[in-house]
Amino acid sequence: MFAYTLRRLAGAVPTVFVIIAIAFFMIRLAPGGPFDQERSVPPEIQANLDRAYHLDEPLVQQFLRYLGDILTGDFGPSFRYKDFTVTELVAEGFPVSLKLGLAAMVIAVVVGFAAGAYAALRRNSGFDAATMTLAMTGIAVPNFVIAPLLTLTLGVWLALLPVGGWGSFDQAILPVVALALPEIAYIARLTRGSMLEVLRADFVRTARAKGLSERAMVLRHALQAAALPVLSFLGPTTAAVITGSVVIEQIFGIPGIGRYFVQGALNRDYTLVMGVVIFYAAVIIAFNLLVDLLYPLLDPRVRHD
Amino acid sequence: MPAIRPLHLLQACLFAALLMCGAPAWADAIHLGNGAEPESLDIHQSSGVSEANIQRDLFEGLIAEGPDASLIPGAAESWEISEDGTVYTFHLREGAVWSNGDPVTAGDFVYAFRRGLSPETAASYAFILYPVLNAEQYVAGEITDPGQIGIRAIDDATLEITLKAPTAYFLDMLTHHMAYPLHRASVEAHPGDWMKPGNLVSNGAFTLAEWQPQSFIRLEKNPRYHGADEVQLDEVFYYPTEDEGQELQRFRAGELDVTYDIPADQIDWIVANLNDQYRNFPYLGTYYYALNTTIAPFAGNPGLRQALSLAIDREVLTQKITRAGEIPAYSFVPPGVMRYQQQTMPWADWTQEARNNRAKELYAAAGYGPDNPLEVEILYNTSDNHKKVAIAIAAMWKQTLGVQASLRNEEWKAYLSSRDEKNFEIVRAGWIGDYNDANTFLELFVSDAGMMNNPGYDNPAYDELVKGGAFETDLAVREGMLEEAERIFLEDSPLIPIYFYTTQHMVQPKVEGWIDNIKDVHPSRFLSVGG
Repeated sequence: MFAYTLRRLAGAVPTVFVIIAIAFFMIRLAPGGPFDQERSVPPEIQANLDRAYHLDEPLVQQFLRYLGDILTGDFGPSFRYKDFTVTELVAEGFPVSLKLGLAAMVIAVVVGFAAGAYAALRRNSGFDAATMTLAMTGIAVPNFVIAPLLTLTLGVWLALLPVGGWGSFDQAILPVVALALPEIAYIARLTRGSMLEVLRADFVRTARAKGLSERAMVLRHALQAAALPVLSFLGPTTAAVITGSVVIEQIFGIPGIGRYFVQGALNRDYTLVMGVVIFYAAVIIAFNLLVDLLYPLLDPRVRHD
Repeated sequence: MPAIRPLHLLQACLFAALLMCGAPAWADAIHLGNGAEPESLDIHQSSGVSEANIQRDLFEGLIAEGPDASLIPGAAESWEISEDGTVYTFHLREGAVWSNGDPVTAGDFVYAFRRGLSPETAASYAFILYPVLNAEQYVAGEITDPGQIGIRAIDDATLEITLKAPTAYFLDMLTHHMAYPLHRASVEAHPGDWMKPGNLVSNGAFTLAEWQPQSFIRLEKNPRYHGADEVQLDEVFYYPTEDEGQELQRFRAGELDVTYDIPADQIDWIVANLNDQYRNFPYLGTYYYALNTTIAPFAGNPGLRQALSLAIDREVLTQKITRAGEIPAYSFVPPGVMRYQQQTMPWADWTQEARNNRAKELYAAAGYGPDNPLEVEILYNTSDNHKKVAIAIAAMWKQTLGVQASLRNEEWKAYLSSRDEKNFEIVRAGWIGDYNDANTFLELFVSDAGMMNNPGYDNPAYDELVKGGAFETDLAVREGMLEEAERIFLEDSPLIPIYFYTTQHMVQPKVEGWIDNIKDVHPSRFLSVGG
């Protein structure tokens, strides 16, 4: 297990390097630069800006400089949010995105898994139809529709919850729900499908043949097996959700790091884009590894030797 | 676990009590939507309106702005201007201090100007200070001795600024954040971090108390400010509000007192339901289509350029398409500019039918017609509003003249790059004046203005008038020169003015002291919240 982990981590190094190289050159290929604005600056000021941010150097030299910097842990100042370094922005924003994302994922897993499993057990019942209709709706209706609807009804009309901001418990409710809803829908569908398959599997038939009660069979055997595809889904999804949602953060005014992915690219904020890409890559690699390490605990057929 | 319940209750009570402590009953606070998250609070590193709003509350330049944006004495109590208009002597306010108690001196301004112009600082708005003698040369590295810049402290209370030419709008420019003073000791003690809460020493009506990036910035009243007695707010909150729809909802829920903007697609609902809280006021800016006069078909073809301008029904466009109170534009310099009489196209008061007839004549005279229609491409940055305008204009041109216009939209930075490299035939653009003077509009189109001259306009007569105006001390003569320059410009039609911008806010009825003005400047020191 330990050797497996080390091997996986060593394998991640070239992956991250390739990601850094591709991201570095791609963002610079995009037309326009970080300091282009509505009012174009006089050439002598542009020259000063390029010199201050080393943009006047050849691209390869910039790349080597960047690699050298990040090896010492220096991800540079953001080009757009000039008062902060990329490290500061990620360090301040990530805990917020993490809390929001974890809360949403916990709700999504509990509700989605329970609803999906129950729908599978009561296949073709009214509950099954209703859950799956809701789930399809949840998948089909995007966040940027759900979130304003929630704020309009619960925030503006009923005035039960704050519409935006971050810090208190009640401010977190609407964004967590808005973030969790589509994931609940995905997980419910996934669980139902996987559960239906498991219920037809040989080991379930064996369990029933041995005379195990339906309840004990489901709780001891079926649920565990049905959870496997959900677990695979959870790796990358959790990584994505805890690194922030640009839509949810923007709509609710939440200071997470999700918006940095999109806005960093739109602003040509080279250092910020690089910083969040590397961070995101690291989180995804970590979660995929975590899922692979968890797999043998749930599925006796999988072993990492 | 019932045993823990009372503890939870206690915690909740404590929490509630803490919350109340956070906002003491006596504190008057205002909550302002502020558009984008500030790029920087460093007065030399920022370039946007959102940053300027906060900096205006924190700092005070030699000249300040009143509640209606009129010029009032700021850090300077009085000043004299030499007869030739090039030497300004400012007498600083007696007893004025920084938020840490240090006196505000003339040296603080000298330090700030030199820092702002230094090539190492690389301030993107350094050109604001170019009227100052040798400022431009210092930015460009042609001069390395900052002592040669035309600013010096005669003594702690007297500051002398020498200009390279008389500049009628120089006092107005001094309200810009590039012209604020800096507290040298704190800037040098915390390089890179001096603008953070706890480090920032300011001389304005408020101090920086808290900054949660992407969440809010909280200012507190500065008790050492010379006008502190008149400042009614104890706290000012600035929130980044990048989504206008959600900003409106936060306003409706009472979480914001003033919004930065309004969602254009909800204007009807706002007018119908919240009209008494809706503010719409002319702004110092023009929305226009620049025609690339350096290439065919527009090079050397003013008749064709005028035909396209005439054929746009700006009344229909602003009333049916943009519908947010924009003002149809028949000139480039907007109305309400100081020291300037608005100039308009000769046909500004014609009916649209008469304009269309004249457009057809000019179009035919330029050699185009049903068998040989003009084919052009309109470039705009991706946005619903720009798209609607472009579709409408293309339709008007097609209907009146038979022009075949195609549309090309590009994402913001790509668009800027295409625009600045003149990689377009027609480009959508907008210009907001940097200061309240016609020069900020007309100087864009002198032949050597560089990238800002979108249409690539080149007319020696225009150059002479605009550049001559910069050296003219007689204000009436200068005004005449600039007005004549715009008449020539409009006749040549290198661009098509479409509408003048307006600024739009939602303002809660309890907010007092808010005065709509053309610069859209609302210093918090003049605001209060009733009730």
